[in-house]
Amino acid sequence: MDLFTILFYVFALITLGAACVVVFSRHIVRAAFALLFAFFGVAGLYVFLLADFIAVTQLMVYIGGILVLIIFGVMLTQKQINVDIKTSPVQTWPAVLIVAALAGVLIGMFWSTDWARMGEISTATTATTPKLGEMLLTTYVLPFEVASVILLVALVGSAMIARRERNT
Amino acid sequence: MIESYIPIFIMIVGAMGFAVVMGKMNEFVGPKRPSEEKLSTYESGMEPVRSARERFSVKFYMVAMLFIVFDIEVVFLYPWAVSYKLLGTPGFITMFVFIAVLLVGYFYVWRKGALEWD
Repeated sequence: MDLFTILFYVFALITLGAACVVVFSRHIVRAAFALLFAFFGVAGLYVFLLADFIAVTQLMVYIGGILVLIIFGVMLTQKQINVDIKTSPVQTWPAVLIVAALAGVLIGMFWSTDWARMGEISTATTATTPKLGEMLLTTYVLPFEVASVILLVALVGSAMIARRERNT
Repeated sequence: MIESYIPIFIMIVGAMGFAVVMGKMNEFVGPKRPSEEKLSTYESGMEPVRSARERFSVKFYMVAMLFIVFDIEVVFLYPWAVSYKLLGTPGFITMFVFIAVLLVGYFYVWRKGALEWD
């Protein structure tokens, strides 16, 4: 085994171990912090898949944004005195169905991928970010601008929900 | 290509190792002489009254939402910035439209007074 194989297994182990803590921990703050390591491991796996932009996005959006929000929210709201918080499994069957469907997609992808050709792809691939930038601002310029509209909707929507009506 | 990540990996290991070693060293080497006063919530401060667990204002949610939206905007800026020279003026205009759309939302939030903490 070379160094990269060992590192791959280290990252895979971090991801799976942390994900298990997220699922099985009864302590919600502990679960939220374990999610940090799971996201970090996934970012490492993206690097191994030569998806450098996706890895950066994972770090920026999931760890830098969403996870900070989750930890923030969880630490402010845990042990709430007058609200009943459940930590036992609820809605088992819908969850099983969704997870089974997701697992089906992932396993299907695993079987349909030509792993034998991965070696030549990995030697031929250079950094993907400049190419992604070119494609986003030339060929796929409409989806790019639509993304900004979606962000606008999120912004306006959250303002609508969170804003308290001012009586002036 | 993956070899170019080795410096980053070394830095991650170094940073984590430094944090863990320093934290643990503090735990093992530092003197521990606790007293009742030292263990109080705010040492030399005011005595805390009632529970710190309270309901928090929904305004925190607004700030967090703004943060996430502009965080995602930065992710979109990044590939554009990497190939900025190649994209030139058309790319600049496209990006400007992207930012302008978000600015509309920003001004909406601002005008609605969601940024004020009254």
